[in-house]
Amino acid sequence: MASYLNTLLFGIYPYIALAVMVLGCIVRYDREPYTWRSGSSQLLRRRQLVWGSNLFHFGVLIVFVGHLVGLLTPIWLFDAVGIGHGFKQMLAIVVGGVAGVACLVGGAMLLHRRLGDPRIYRTSSFGDIAILVLLLLQLTLGLATIPISLGHLDGGEMLKFMAWAQGIFTFQPGVAAVVADAHWIFKAHLFLGLTIFLVFPFTRLVHMLSVPVRYLWRPGYQVVRTRLAADRSAPRQTVPVRPREPAE
Amino acid sequence: MKIRAQVGKVLNLDKCIGCHTCSVTCKNVWTSREGMEYAWFNNVETKPGIGYPKDWENQKRWNGGWTRKANGALQPKMGAKWRILAKIFANPDLPEIDDYYEPFTFDYEHLQTAPELQAAPTARPRSLITGERMDKIEWGPNWEEILGGEFSKRSRDYNFEGVEKEIYGAFENTFMMYLPRLCEHCLNPTCVAACPSGAIYKREEDGIVLIDQEKCRGWRMCVSGCPYKKIYYNWATGKSEKCTFCYPRIEVGEPTVCSETCVGRIRYLGVLLYDADRIDEAASVPDEQDLYQAQLDIFLDPNDPEIQAQARADGVPDGWIEAAKRSPVYKMAMEWKVAFPLHPEYRTLPMVWYVPPLSPVQSAAEAGKMGIDGEMPDVRSLRIPLRYLANLLTAGKEEPVAHALERMLAMRGYMRAKTVDGVIDEAIATRVGLTPEQIEDMYQIMAIANYEDRFVIPTSHREVAEDAYDIRGSCGFSFGNGCSGGSSAADLFASPRKKSVRTPTEVM
Repeated sequence: MASYLNTLLFGIYPYIALAVMVLGCIVRYDREPYTWRSGSSQLLRRRQLVWGSNLFHFGVLIVFVGHLVGLLTPIWLFDAVGIGHGFKQMLAIVVGGVAGVACLVGGAMLLHRRLGDPRIYRTSSFGDIAILVLLLLQLTLGLATIPISLGHLDGGEMLKFMAWAQGIFTFQPGVAAVVADAHWIFKAHLFLGLTIFLVFPFTRLVHMLSVPVRYLWRPGYQVVRTRLAADRSAPRQTVPVRPREPAE
Repeated sequence: MKIRAQVGKVLNLDKCIGCHTCSVTCKNVWTSREGMEYAWFNNVETKPGIGYPKDWENQKRWNGGWTRKANGALQPKMGAKWRILAKIFANPDLPEIDDYYEPFTFDYEHLQTAPELQAAPTARPRSLITGERMDKIEWGPNWEEILGGEFSKRSRDYNFEGVEKEIYGAFENTFMMYLPRLCEHCLNPTCVAACPSGAIYKREEDGIVLIDQEKCRGWRMCVSGCPYKKIYYNWATGKSEKCTFCYPRIEVGEPTVCSETCVGRIRYLGVLLYDADRIDEAASVPDEQDLYQAQLDIFLDPNDPEIQAQARADGVPDGWIEAAKRSPVYKMAMEWKVAFPLHPEYRTLPMVWYVPPLSPVQSAAEAGKMGIDGEMPDVRSLRIPLRYLANLLTAGKEEPVAHALERMLAMRGYMRAKTVDGVIDEAIATRVGLTPEQIEDMYQIMAIANYEDRFVIPTSHREVAEDAYDIRGSCGFSFGNGCSGGSSAADLFASPRKKSVRTPTEVM
């Protein structure tokens, strides 16, 4: 039974969550572009947002990139560069810990604002509040793994999670068994993380896919849409459209 | 040279009576929706005053518009692109809704359901955001209406720069004017430049600046970038919205709603041809006081055959060139030089221009001590200080505004001589550098202001912009998501929020 549950949660559920995330985002981007936005509430209340939002976002970005690189980079690459497993784990604990705490503090400020400020509370959807609670819960779980990690500093436990994450992405059968004997806090962290992937397309989180970095190399400042722009993006053209000929 | 055409606008402040018909009709058409109750694409402010949102002209505080760097290049006052991106999590230059006002309704229901009371029941205000009782309404789109409030607060008006404002607090010296404000549809818009998503764009064919509601992600940098604070963040949808210049009407040759309904007939719409290659050059002249002239310099004479030929080559339709020749906006801005851009020092090259208001001569002047230039009163002794108007319209340069006011006075003098005394006094016209024919034309357009003289709008050529076969049977104007309204009762992706307030129509 335990093995069945383990396979379900860490062998099958990841694929369900990722599939829903990818397809959900594509469908939403295509069918509901009007709903694709960051959902900022700064206009309604500035107080607590400046500190809260900055701490939360910078923290979560570091944590996110840390997980992405730390989990999905093949271990032989770290070995080749000469980064020891113990060192990598220590790095993850220190950087992730600091960023995680910053993120937690910022997130707590944002949640307090969202629930405590009538303007924000009354304009929040269920999803707005729920996703913030989920993220804070996930952060707390993530930070709670630090004391456990400090108990085994050789990086062995970390290697398991790397193997699991890479196994999921390379479709390895039976990969769930790798994490079967991990501490329950790690497992809860994994499960909740997958759940956040699952609900991702149905929340405001989609705005992270639209990070406007392209702005930095957008040529010049002005955007002018020319006459025939609509045609170029038209799905199908039955009649060729000629530009107006200059009358002599 | 690259010639583009734009439907420009002039507002004749000399005739504005501050009735707010433009604001109300605009609101009924465009912003009577949840999330936009606080937004007025068009609002009328009484000047002097700090306006709506509070203190909008203070760019030291809001960082709107452009700044000219030491090397002569322009950059949004908010900072370079990386600085703007760094503000994305929390934008320090964004006004709060209280700077506009907290939208409210009244407890109308209470008037019908109240039990028998000693005092008549009242409808008290209730917030449209929280649904909670509001004890006091603090601000609004015309809060300083007809000099409402204390002079000490109103006089924080930025346009008092260089004016000894204390004396205007005294009752006998006080002055006022109305300033209707809408999006300027600038040639060099900062909102477009500040939008990280690239969702805001200027239409090449008519110059209208629009926000692509499907591409807007709600990063809200445009709100800060616009120095006129004419982009509004819709707190219900999380997207920014702005004045559309009623483009569905403009496209079919009809005036915008605010212009159509203006009872004072102060609004003019007409085509201006300009050289798009010289926008940058005009916007970045070193001296702010030269910006007005620099913008005039890139407008092109539609009667010049060479300009016409080049315009055709650049794809401007013949109908538009014809309209440009009869454009009241061109006449007021370029021929008679009586219209001016609003705050050219923002370097946005705005395209909604203003005719400055004449004002009664001061009582001291009336008592015989008045400055008289020939038979005309000296415009420098008018009740509204010239410097105040210059700060509003020409970055503080007084001569062009004085010149315009003199021409307007000359028009009155000439027509009075003609209709009252039955004399054609050519000297009045020549003294201000006009011919009698020009004065008659000015009178026809600015004083009589017939509908067909105010609005010379060519229809757009949609047949070259899109394929009519593809759009047959499709929906008209919508808020994104194709033909859907943007939100529906059961929406998987963005659950609609609970309504906190019942409107009177729902009660009935």
